[in-house]
Amino acid sequence: MDTGFSFDNLALFLNDRWSEIFDLTVQHISVVALSLMIALIVGVAIGVVVWNKPIPRATALAAAGIAITIPSLALLALLSPLLGLGWGPTIVALVFYSLLPIIRNTVVGLREVPADVLESARGMGMSRTKVMLTTQLPIAWPVIITGVRVAAQLTIGIAAIAAYVAGPGLGQYIFTGLSSVGSRNAINYALTGTVLIIILALVVDGAFILITRYTTSRGLRV
Amino acid sequence: MSDITNTGFLTAISQQSGGVSIELDAVTKVYPGQSGAAVENFSMRIEPGELVVFVGPSGCGKTTTMKMINRIIEPSSGSIRIDGKDVLSLDPNALRRHIGYVIQQIGLFPHRTIAENVGTVPKMLGWSKDKVAERVDELLRTVQLDPDLFAKRYPKQLSGGQQQRAGVARALAANPPVMLMDEPFGATDPITREKLQAEFLRLQAELGKTIIFVTHDFEEAIRLGDRIAVMSERSKIEQFDTPARILAAPANEYVASFIGQGAAIKRLTLIPVTDARLKPAVDGLPSIPSDLSMRDALDLLVLTGSEAINVVDRAGVPMGSLDHASISNLLGGPSKLGARE
Repeated sequence: MDTGFSFDNLALFLNDRWSEIFDLTVQHISVVALSLMIALIVGVAIGVVVWNKPIPRATALAAAGIAITIPSLALLALLSPLLGLGWGPTIVALVFYSLLPIIRNTVVGLREVPADVLESARGMGMSRTKVMLTTQLPIAWPVIITGVRVAAQLTIGIAAIAAYVAGPGLGQYIFTGLSSVGSRNAINYALTGTVLIIILALVVDGAFILITRYTTSRGLRV
Repeated sequence: MSDITNTGFLTAISQQSGGVSIELDAVTKVYPGQSGAAVENFSMRIEPGELVVFVGPSGCGKTTTMKMINRIIEPSSGSIRIDGKDVLSLDPNALRRHIGYVIQQIGLFPHRTIAENVGTVPKMLGWSKDKVAERVDELLRTVQLDPDLFAKRYPKQLSGGQQQRAGVARALAANPPVMLMDEPFGATDPITREKLQAEFLRLQAELGKTIIFVTHDFEEAIRLGDRIAVMSERSKIEQFDTPARILAAPANEYVASFIGQGAAIKRLTLIPVTDARLKPAVDGLPSIPSDLSMRDALDLLVLTGSEAINVVDRAGVPMGSLDHASISNLLGGPSKLGARE
């Protein structure tokens, strides 16, 4: 049996499975995107609540900081008895790891809004909620979206590991490859999964540059 | 019920764009955890359309006093009435939409264009889009920022002086009868500041708002104020009077030290050259336009070394002449102390 690697072999492999590969890539992007959206809402909400209160702020940042040090494989193993397999534990884990960069950047961004801007907003008769929504968050936005961008890089990688709990995405190919070492397509599986995840990370990062640019007021860029 | 009355009141004062009275009665502010009061027992009545300057050293409580009027800082005790109505009975946000507010750092919204910045309060008050746009255009012209050039720019793209004008335009947007200004020209260079002050005086002559203007610069106070309140620690009023009377008769040592050197020369800046008893014009003398002050006349006398100078009207026709003696007479004549009007 031929277990060596050859490009002809890889081409054949890709040709046979391109539609499955496409599905897995879409799944990978979907699970990351969905997790980021949830983390954005939760993270910004936490940031908005704690940014100007020293003790809650320190607590939230410390908790998120500790959370991110938990090995992802261990977290997934802990989650699966509670949430089963597949999308559930994957999304919870990805949101979990996304929170730190998003909360931290929300806090930093809100704290960077100049005090005189806030005072003039209040002086013009804006309520606190209105000041937050129309002034503080838009001014902090470039910093917040940078946090989301960091979270995206983090979760694209972690999503691969989520295949361990039968999570969606390209991680499945990596795990298939690893568990069938010695078989004909082992390297093809692992290589396809890994390379596509790297490409995905680069493309998403590029997309974030564009998203940041188009969602940030020109007045904050010039 | 009370809400309806309050809204009605705010609508009513906003129609009196020419200015309303402000009364502060035994207003005190004590910050929690501090032994002394920041502002103690402060009482003052400001007439409609009057420009009152609070002047005093940093930390004397003048800014705190001003910020209690729009309730950016809540007073600990005492009452504040605008046009006879206690501001503490009004919703603070609704109140603030009817009080123009300008601070030293300006605080323009960096993520909004100049037009959006200026239109902030009218938009909150629910004006139609067209009406807001029209008002923004009008205001930018008023503060001498060409709308075609500046409306779509962002604050960062403007110089300090231009930002300050946009700040004033934004405060004026909903035509508030009252304006609170906290060292609005403090961060600009001397030349820009003088220009902004001159424009501001011209604007106020047109609009006649009731204005409280805070500064630590006594020269600025003299230049702008209808009346000046010289303050010391805890916002204690040492003297509250017209610039001319404060310069001529400081109430005490503190006020005198605040005026500093050269009170006589400062008084001259308040007196137009046309107030001098002019002697017949003499050919060949240096000449000075009639809309300048006696201070300028003195400058010209000193600089040219001439015995006398001619005062000329706008067309350049001599109206008469004045000399050193005319200046001394003006300063000596107590009847001329209120000559600013």
